[in-house]
Amino acid sequence: SSKFHNLQDMQHTASLVTKVFIQRDYSEGTVCRFQTKFPAELDNRIERALLEQTVKTLNSYYVEAEKVGGQSYLEGCLACATAYIVFLCMETRYEKVLKKISGYIQEQNEKIYAPRGLLLTDPIERGMRVLEISVFEDRGSSGSSPSSSMSSCSTAR
Amino acid sequence: MSAVMITRKVRKWEKLPGKNTFCCDGRVMMARQKGIFYLTLFLIIGTCSLFFVFECPYLAVHLSPAIPVFAVLLFLFVIAMLLRTSFSDPGVLPRALPEEANFIEMEIEAANGNVPSGQRPPPRIRNVQINNQIVKLKYCYTCKIFRPPRASHCSICDNCVDRFDHHCPWVGNCVGKRNYRYFYLFTLTLSLLTIYIFAFNIVHVVMRSVDHGFLNTLKETPGTYPLNMNTFLLVCFFTLWSMVGLTGFHTYLISLNQTTNEDIKGSWSGKNRGQNPYSHKNIIKNCCEVLCGPTYPSVTFFSLFLTSFSASFPQKTTAPLIPNEHTPDDVKPSIAAEKSSGPKDDQPPAAMLPPLASPETDAETSIAKNQ
Repeated sequence: SSKFHNLQDMQHTASLVTKVFIQRDYSEGTVCRFQTKFPAELDNRIERALLEQTVKTLNSYYVEAEKVGGQSYLEGCLACATAYIVFLCMETRYEKVLKKISGYIQEQNEKIYAPRGLLLTDPIERGMRVLEISVFEDRGSSGSSPSSSMSSCSTAR
Repeated sequence: MSAVMITRKVRKWEKLPGKNTFCCDGRVMMARQKGIFYLTLFLIIGTCSLFFVFECPYLAVHLSPAIPVFAVLLFLFVIAMLLRTSFSDPGVLPRALPEEANFIEMEIEAANGNVPSGQRPPPRIRNVQINNQIVKLKYCYTCKIFRPPRASHCSICDNCVDRFDHHCPWVGNCVGKRNYRYFYLFTLTLSLLTIYIFAFNIVHVVMRSVDHGFLNTLKETPGTYPLNMNTFLLVCFFTLWSMVGLTGFHTYLISLNQTTNEDIKGSWSGKNRGQNPYSHKNIIKNCCEVLCGPTYPSVTFFSLFLTSFSASFPQKTTAPLIPNEHTPDDVKPSIAAEKSSGPKDDQPPAAMLPPLASPETDAETSIAKNQ
């Protein structure tokens, strides 16, 4: 559906209805993981499978970032040997994964969520505590709203 | 209509809740009381300077020049670890924004059901099962969040800290998830440094005594020497025992994957012994996880960056990066103009990327671009 052409459109014209928060799943310990339980408020806004897929992919990114294995030992020992000064010039593995995550969320927003009037917020902006989903006004199928919103946008500029 | 852009540096961390102080564009984060930290720094630098000035010339000549060189390297490592521990964000959990706090409140009320008036509502606790162990997550009334497992609220810094170990006044900061390994390495290398200095002090006195006799050694050195010597040995002695003890204690905690906080509260001892759900039941694995684990990002730094960017707009309240119904109307077009000035392809917003440059610099360059 072409209710919202892009993120900018939605941000200028739509009004926020509510925010839904997907909480952390601590069943596997303190690793960063979000619940795949589908929030009831989004029942008629997005298909379950899509949201589940997004959360599962995010979880897999975090698993990759927090993996304790050969490479992290090497990174740790090397950094320790240089009194961690190497971290001032080098990007850590976690930071690299965070960049990937922000790119992924941007892409998901543009392809899947914005057309449905939703917006994902990167968990890092909420202290890795929640995955915040902003729910914008559902414009419905009336054709008049996008054009009126576009014209109000242009006069405002 | 164009919004007036402020190009002065706005120090957004002054608006962050909690009792932390920040420096260097938000990169340095410490507790408010720093007096004891300066004392620590003074003691270490002072004692080591005395060692380098009075002992090292003799030792370098009579024994080996490698001795002062190694001492210098060890000293630099200790200082680096101390500064890392003191200046890092320990893993502060940011407070819940109003919408999130309300969401959690509604969930709590839904879970509690109807409480008859006059009765106290049940305590806000969530139960979570980790590794076949029920862990209670407590609600923090200050931060308005359910604390993750192992997090605790530090009353001195007024923040919830993830994997909270303890608040260390010597270091002037909390010790938590992000800086625990630096703290441990600090205690370990300081113990080694103290033992090293103490040992070579003794060696120096012994060697001089062998050459000139013990009483002569005390007499022939410059008038202030015995005074330095005694202060030296005294400081070294006390430091040594306390540091070695502390290092030993933390080595024990690491091998069991426990925090000082859990140890004090007796969470996994007594009748709960052997039930720590976070432990891998293997000393090596526990040590590896704590010391060689991933380097977690500082979420405080990320939130600083975002609020700094939006602080460049002349608002009393921070305008969010994405305008919502709270953004005043005169700001929306400027944000729109800002966003549309870039190419319309998949360029992620600058605020999303972890900044290596200072937050204010990025904000100022984007303002300059806009003008």
